Amino acid sequence: MRTIEQTTQEILELATKQFKVPAGSLTAEDDFYKKLGIDSLQALEMLSRLENHFRIELPDYEVQGVSDFKTLAQRIQARL
Amino acid sequence: MLDLRKYNSVGEALRDALETWPTEVCLIESDRGEEKQRLTYRNFKDRAIPLAKSLQDLGIVPGDRVAIIMTNQSKWLISAYAIFFCGATLVPLDFKLKPEEQWQLLKHSAAKVLITEYGIWRQLSIPPARAAANLKTVLATEAPENADMAGAERWEERKGVNAPAFVPQKRHDVACIVYSSGTGGTPKGCMMTHENYLEQCMALTSLYPFWPGVRYLSILPTNHAIDFMVGFFGPFTCGAAVVHLRTLRPEYVREAFPKYEITYVSLVPLVLKNLQKGLQARFDALPESKRKAFDALRNINRLLTKDRPRPWLSRKLLGEVHASFGGKLEAIIVGGAFTEPRTLQFFYDLGIPVANGYGLTEAGTAVTVNDLKPFRADTVGKPLPGMAVQIRNADSDGIGEVTVGSKTVMAGYLNEPALTAETVVDGWLRTGDMGRFDSTGHLQLFGRKKNMIVTEEGKNVYAEDVEQAFEGLQVKEFCVFAANFIWSQRSMLNEKLLLVIHLEPGQVFSSELESEISTRNARLTNYKRVHGLVIYQEDFPLTASLKIKRSELAQRLSALDREQSILPI
Repeated sequence: MRTIEQTTQEILELATKQFKVPAGSLTAEDDFYKKLGIDSLQALEMLSRLENHFRIELPDYEVQGVSDFKTLAQRIQARL
Repeated sequence: MLDLRKYNSVGEALRDALETWPTEVCLIESDRGEEKQRLTYRNFKDRAIPLAKSLQDLGIVPGDRVAIIMTNQSKWLISAYAIFFCGATLVPLDFKLKPEEQWQLLKHSAAKVLITEYGIWRQLSIPPARAAANLKTVLATEAPENADMAGAERWEERKGVNAPAFVPQKRHDVACIVYSSGTGGTPKGCMMTHENYLEQCMALTSLYPFWPGVRYLSILPTNHAIDFMVGFFGPFTCGAAVVHLRTLRPEYVREAFPKYEITYVSLVPLVLKNLQKGLQARFDALPESKRKAFDALRNINRLLTKDRPRPWLSRKLLGEVHASFGGKLEAIIVGGAFTEPRTLQFFYDLGIPVANGYGLTEAGTAVTVNDLKPFRADTVGKPLPGMAVQIRNADSDGIGEVTVGSKTVMAGYLNEPALTAETVVDGWLRTGDMGRFDSTGHLQLFGRKKNMIVTEEGKNVYAEDVEQAFEGLQVKEFCVFAANFIWSQRSMLNEKLLLVIHLEPGQVFSSELESEISTRNARLTNYKRVHGLVIYQEDFPLTASLKIKRSELAQRLSALDREQSILPI
């Protein structure tokens, strides 16, 4: 079982890869809409990738209003 | 289609629809590519009637309000019909709002019963705001077996015995209270009558007809006036079917088009633009020779559809593109916000007409729609049948405020007589949008008079509503404006919100203040955030009761240079 820190780290790494930003430039507190300059659809694509990675299903209502990696990590952790 | 002239209410028309097409499919529900449910009109009735009885057993009578907070799914529509069956008023709320915002609207609407999904209820049942709302009963759908219901009852178990009595309504009774926007300041609850919906439905289906066999893909949230009309009332009064996807991710949406041979879909401009980007990337990736052939076919299609759409021809010429949309798509309906003409043109050139138009909840959704005879990307179309549209106080270019007179105009804002009186004058709705008619009777839009923006996702954001987030900021005074309200742009594009601050005498704009502003901004829901900061050096003009005179301040700010004054946040 992963710790919340590990989950967060894996999310940050995946987002770094997906949106091709410099390694180490994302932090847990970052607002991913602002930091990555993405829209809600791109955010949904990121969620699909995270679901595949963690082998979980995140219902849409769980991630409504979530815009930072930290909260996202908590929601994912709760489903692991 | 049912002849809606002979009905007095939404519930009455729906009741007849369920009897008229008992064996036609009305709802298909799919989750992550897997079909979960397929209901005929008879199945729909069998599920709704026990719920209607149960609502009556709970004491719901005409005039009572019942709220729905749900994602797009079959139980949304089943619940809505049960509410109308009882003669009650439906309050459809946005499931994307934050819990505290939802509680505020539940309280404002004085809803007695809330129907929601267990997942939403789990988040909603936490804040203490509940005590202030008038809710007597909460029905939650799809709760897992040993779930903590937090005071809610299971929707699936609420089944009244015996047949409920249908409660008739009059045309001018309020069918729904629809919140067009505004949760920070004044909630704007549009009271929509049964007549509003019946008339709007007749007008829309005269241009874009539905029939048994049509499959409408419901993506916009059903609480939104557009989806309520074209993803529920419209198709149901024509015997058509609605497809719901429980997980709205791009990959499942793409898959749904060919799988269910979708006929119509409604999108907001942002999603349409993303679709355009995706298609363009696919075209760009074609090998040189193939791309040239494709461009040639597209040019031929453009020429041959200049006067009107010819779907069968376009499907022949550009078969591959059409196949990815299922090959049955008649039109994409786009609404909620302004769409860029070149996006519209892009799809039309592929033989996929985009039914763009102009409307607002207060007017019963659509006011003008492109009739495609011929297609015009540069306008928002002509007024729908039954809509009188006038341009008031036009300037020398013919541009003035768009005003609408029609049986689809709302009865008013709930509990806001003053705001209603300002907005609906002598039966004419003052939209606050600036426009003019061209020589062929098409409406063109040129910005807004209102201090608000509409995002590409179709969200209305009033500048005043955003100010709460900055309450107590360490400055002398501040105000939030839509940039185009200060510097009128004659454009519906690039709408931005700005925070205007006036520092105390001797105060400097410190990095602490800067980070305080950006922290508070980040706490706002993403589409409500301000995009820039203006530091103003003079006192704000105030009324006798010390409120900011917004229009006058905007007038003064307009003397500043737009580009130079706006600092990024």
